[in-house]
Amino acid sequence: MSALAHVAGDPDVTPAAPAPEATKRSWTAYLLLLPGALWLGVFFVLPLVQLAAVSLQSRYPGFPGYYYRDVNFENYAAALTDYAPHFARSFLYAGMATFLAFVVAYPLAYAMAFKAGKWRNLMMICVVAPFFTSFILRTFAWSQILADEGWVAGTLNFLHLLPGGNIINTPLAVIAGLTYNFLPFMVLPIYASLERADPRVIEAGGDLYANGFTTFRTVTLPMSMPGVLAGTLLTFIPAAGDFVNMELLGPQRGKMVGNVINDQFLAVPGGYPVAAALSFTLMAAILVMVFLYVRRFGTEELV
Amino acid sequence: MTTATTTPYRPSTAKRVQVWLANHFAMLSAILVLLYLFLPVAYTFAFSFNDHGKTNIVWQGFTWKHWQDPCRVDGVCGSLVTSLQVGAISTAVATVLGTLMALAMVRYRFRGKAASNVLIFVPMATPEIVMGAALLTIFVQGFANIGLSLGFTTIVFAHIMFCLSFVVVTVKARIQSLDPRIEEAAQDLYASPMQTFWKVTFPLILPGIAGAAMLAFSLSFDDFIITNFVSGNESTFPKFVYVASRRGIPAEANVIGFSMFVLAVLLVVGAQLVSSVRASKFKE
Repeated sequence: MSALAHVAGDPDVTPAAPAPEATKRSWTAYLLLLPGALWLGVFFVLPLVQLAAVSLQSRYPGFPGYYYRDVNFENYAAALTDYAPHFARSFLYAGMATFLAFVVAYPLAYAMAFKAGKWRNLMMICVVAPFFTSFILRTFAWSQILADEGWVAGTLNFLHLLPGGNIINTPLAVIAGLTYNFLPFMVLPIYASLERADPRVIEAGGDLYANGFTTFRTVTLPMSMPGVLAGTLLTFIPAAGDFVNMELLGPQRGKMVGNVINDQFLAVPGGYPVAAALSFTLMAAILVMVFLYVRRFGTEELV
Repeated sequence: MTTATTTPYRPSTAKRVQVWLANHFAMLSAILVLLYLFLPVAYTFAFSFNDHGKTNIVWQGFTWKHWQDPCRVDGVCGSLVTSLQVGAISTAVATVLGTLMALAMVRYRFRGKAASNVLIFVPMATPEIVMGAALLTIFVQGFANIGLSLGFTTIVFAHIMFCLSFVVVTVKARIQSLDPRIEEAAQDLYASPMQTFWKVTFPLILPGIAGAAMLAFSLSFDDFIITNFVSGNESTFPKFVYVASRRGIPAEANVIGFSMFVLAVLLVVGAQLVSSVRASKFKE
């Protein structure tokens, strides 16, 4: 999982000389592992099992909001039929945000890896620093920036580039917010894999008379693929499940699946079973997509 | 060089601009992207001085009053204290548990290693909303029966859980980068396993552990989605801001958000300086 490891910081870590594979075999390993594994068992696996049980509960006839234990797949049918557009929007917006984040992140990661020189650490801090302001405050700041009275909408309207006349409360604002919020998760893994690449290999591309674009396409980009892969996953997964950007920047109607899950759990009485079914469907859909994606583009480095 | 001429080749201005742009394209776009990253932070800062009425959306005039007493608004400082406490406890627990797990994963061979890897990886690949929903159902329908109701404790339990995997991955990378021969050398010199760990391994992986702790704290401090599910009536700083956003975030929240940003940046820059000073001393 080294590609993900680099996201987690510590860019100075470079793989050491081929370390002999761990050879110690003892009960100590289990002792070390036990507390953490237990914690994940009780607070990750067990809750998921409970969520699965809830998603199969049935409505108590005559008592709205009451449910009993059952094996009832109707909740899933409801989740898939009633909320199909919400799923579609979630994946569409998250997909577009992931693509935009890739386009924006790559030049930054590239510059950090090859052009920054002594400014590299400073740039690294700059990438992470904005994230020390609460992400809800930053998303709210976007609602100010993109507001109808703001300079962005003003400029675009002046140039007649906005068909609808406003950005805020449109899907466009949601995609912009998602792109912004998860950008560092795209920058850091790409940077990590470019940083490990040998710049001489890229120079060799130029020496062999490849033009800039060809060198990029055939040398640089393939070398950074593990980072691009980790980055797209780390951007897409949280973006697909997000509801805050939609809530703060998006329209009143046409929500994403995250909003439905959140509302059903916290605002609609008796909404648990359908919301649980929606959560499971979301998780399954994401896991399937991740699996297919990793098989298509994957390297062994990811896990 | 038979075609050498007396005047040296001078590219036209347009050509030179083009070459300069091509050479600096990556750096220029990087600077633009960084400005983009900082734009909302600048807004947060600027609007902390806004003499706003009910909502803090349009600029209305300059005032110091939000900076003079950020706790003036009900709940801002209380939620900040809760967030700091939650962050401190979950960081401490997650860092210890995660470091132990990372040691087991790198240094030992054992049955169930692949399964453990999956157990560590899947929480990172699960959308927060699913984890939050799952925790809510177990807290409300399961653990409530044993006297655990939604609040501070459940927030801490949840935060430890989602920080854990990130700690494992960060520390693991650090341990993997160590040369195991250093530890073998210590053992050859008759150090006991405990001595080897505390005198050799631990100091070497400490930067990784520190990085993991910082990551865990920032994940915990900024978490909203999971916290929103498991917090009951307890309010953390992100939750306060989110709830307030319905009727208008008070500028006092901007003051606190921006101050945390400055503190964190100072901390990171300080840590960088310390490590670079140490590195240069080491070279001498």
